Amino acid sequence: MTKSKVKKAVTKRWQLRLYVAGQSPKSITALNNLKQLCETHLPGEYEIEVVDLLKNPKLAAGDQILAVPTLVRKLPEPVKKIIGDLSNEVRVLVGLDLRPA
Amino acid sequence: MNKRITLHRDLPKCLTGIRGLDEITNGGLPKGRPTLICGAAGCGKTLLAMEFIVRGARQFKEPGVFMCFEETGPELAANVASLGFDLPALIRRKLVMVDHVRIERSEIEETGEYDLEGLFIRLGNAIDSIGAKRVVLDSLEALFAGLPNEAILRSELRRLFNWLKTKGVTVIITGEKGERTLTRHGLEEYISDCVISLDHRVVNQVATRRVRIVKYRGSAHGTNEYPALIDEEGLSVLPISALGLNYPVSAARVSSGIPRLDTMLGGKGYYKGSSILISGTAGSGKSSIAASFANSVCRRGGKCLYWSSEESPEQIMRNMASIGMNLSQHVRKGLLKFHSVRPTLCGLEGHLVSLHKLVTEFQPEAIILDPITNLTAVGDDAEIRAMLTRVIDFLKSHGVTAIFTSLTAGGADAEQTEVGVSSLMDAWLLLQMVQSASERNRVLYVLKSRGMAHSNQMREFVLSDKGIDLVDVYVGPGAVYTGAARLTQEAHDKAEALMQQQASARHERELEHERHGLQTKLDTVIAEQEFTGKLEQQRTESVRRIEAELAKVRRADRKES
Repeated sequence: MTKSKVKKAVTKRWQLRLYVAGQSPKSITALNNLKQLCETHLPGEYEIEVVDLLKNPKLAAGDQILAVPTLVRKLPEPVKKIIGDLSNEVRVLVGLDLRPA
Repeated sequence: MNKRITLHRDLPKCLTGIRGLDEITNGGLPKGRPTLICGAAGCGKTLLAMEFIVRGARQFKEPGVFMCFEETGPELAANVASLGFDLPALIRRKLVMVDHVRIERSEIEETGEYDLEGLFIRLGNAIDSIGAKRVVLDSLEALFAGLPNEAILRSELRRLFNWLKTKGVTVIITGEKGERTLTRHGLEEYISDCVISLDHRVVNQVATRRVRIVKYRGSAHGTNEYPALIDEEGLSVLPISALGLNYPVSAARVSSGIPRLDTMLGGKGYYKGSSILISGTAGSGKSSIAASFANSVCRRGGKCLYWSSEESPEQIMRNMASIGMNLSQHVRKGLLKFHSVRPTLCGLEGHLVSLHKLVTEFQPEAIILDPITNLTAVGDDAEIRAMLTRVIDFLKSHGVTAIFTSLTAGGADAEQTEVGVSSLMDAWLLLQMVQSASERNRVLYVLKSRGMAHSNQMREFVLSDKGIDLVDVYVGPGAVYTGAARLTQEAHDKAEALMQQQASARHERELEHERHGLQTKLDTVIAEQEFTGKLEQQRTESVRRIEAELAKVRRADRKES
């Protein structure tokens, strides 16, 4: 799982970046949860970038990543950070502003 | 004092390069292990941590990573630039790496299981990129504010410290002081090797910094609270109270700058490296005696430090010029250094540290503290006494001759110093004002002087535009006179002596006269006696002649006698 574009869209309304550390169970769970959630709530409107910090450790500083996995909502602004394996769907939706808190 | 550092073979240590800290930790922080620095806000935790990194990079060629959770890199660089630490340059030379970790609770939503691998990777990358040997985490407690799940955080912190140990880096972790605990979030439970507590206490509106080693596993360390100071060169800790009474002493003597005073002090002056107390009431000339010593030291080419808590350097120089001492020339030559400071500027420890620094930097041969009694503004007698003991020990260990002046309050017992330090001193000169008739005069005597046969005499101490002079006081029957009374008495004595002299001369003349008279008389008697003898002879001769004549006439047949 390198830095790879899962959906090849030029400019989508939703730009999400998932930071992981290698193929840990938490990372895999997070990515699966994210894909499922996006397909349900944002079909066709999203773009996911996965960053493996073990391969690109320098990228951790840019988005101020401490916890792994971390999902960063780059667009729409403002930037939001969601940490954890995204198993709590309600909280993810709140974090992404898809549902009022 | 570097002699005191003994490195223990069993526990490798990492020198911090911070003045004094390496002494009290007996060689530095535990190498390859984390050390917790805790204390309240503004006590200098970040500064200590930064000095550890910068000095490590500059003095020990050990690159360091500074991970800050509170301040940004540029902020940090600006903060330490005032201490002469050029952080950007060190960063360019890859000796230091500053990584700012920003955590904003409002931006973070927690949605399940996670760990802090991101932080590990970031830190690991920073350490590897410059080959760091030192790491600072300032302050990890920001994590507690930023991350909601404390259970995860605690287990991750435990993992972090173990991981750092495997990286072989010496780590400083800072933590804010808690209510009843050393740190607000109990970081001390993860760090068991070394805990140092910083304190910034305000007593009587005077703030003093203190450093204490709470624990240091596997190493001997100083256990006291040590005074510390943050100045333009960073933090200094004073290990002074660790010193024992084992400094070398000198038998060499130094002139007091007043020839007659030297005579009183066994003929040669003070002992080099001794502590001399000059006490006296206001205006009795304490500073003048102290300054004349400074003057004499500088004239010999020695260096002297003048610590004044009452007068500004200009004022001292002007005042001393009025009694014929040109101190400004010594200042120009760099031999004399003034340090004028109000006692309330900082606490006793602050003064102690600044004095320590001045002496270490300036390396003076003599020092004058004028007056020590002003320190009562910032401490009680016991504290001042403790501080002066440290000062004396420190100065003695450096072989610095020290003069302390002490003001005796009017009406107080002259042989009792305000701050009770006389027993610490090697010599004690007492100045007194003696009031007689309508004037006050200064009298000096040596109350004690350890290790020399000093004079037991009082001397009148006269200040004139030519300098200081000591004059014998008039010790007559029943009274000691000084000043005008002494002069009067001396004049009186002189007149009396003259009169006596005249009287005896007259008496001698009379005797001579009498002797002369008697001689004449004697001569007359002798002459008379001689004359009588002669007459008798003539008479006898004429009788014989007549008898002979008579015999011739009578044709005597027999000779008559």
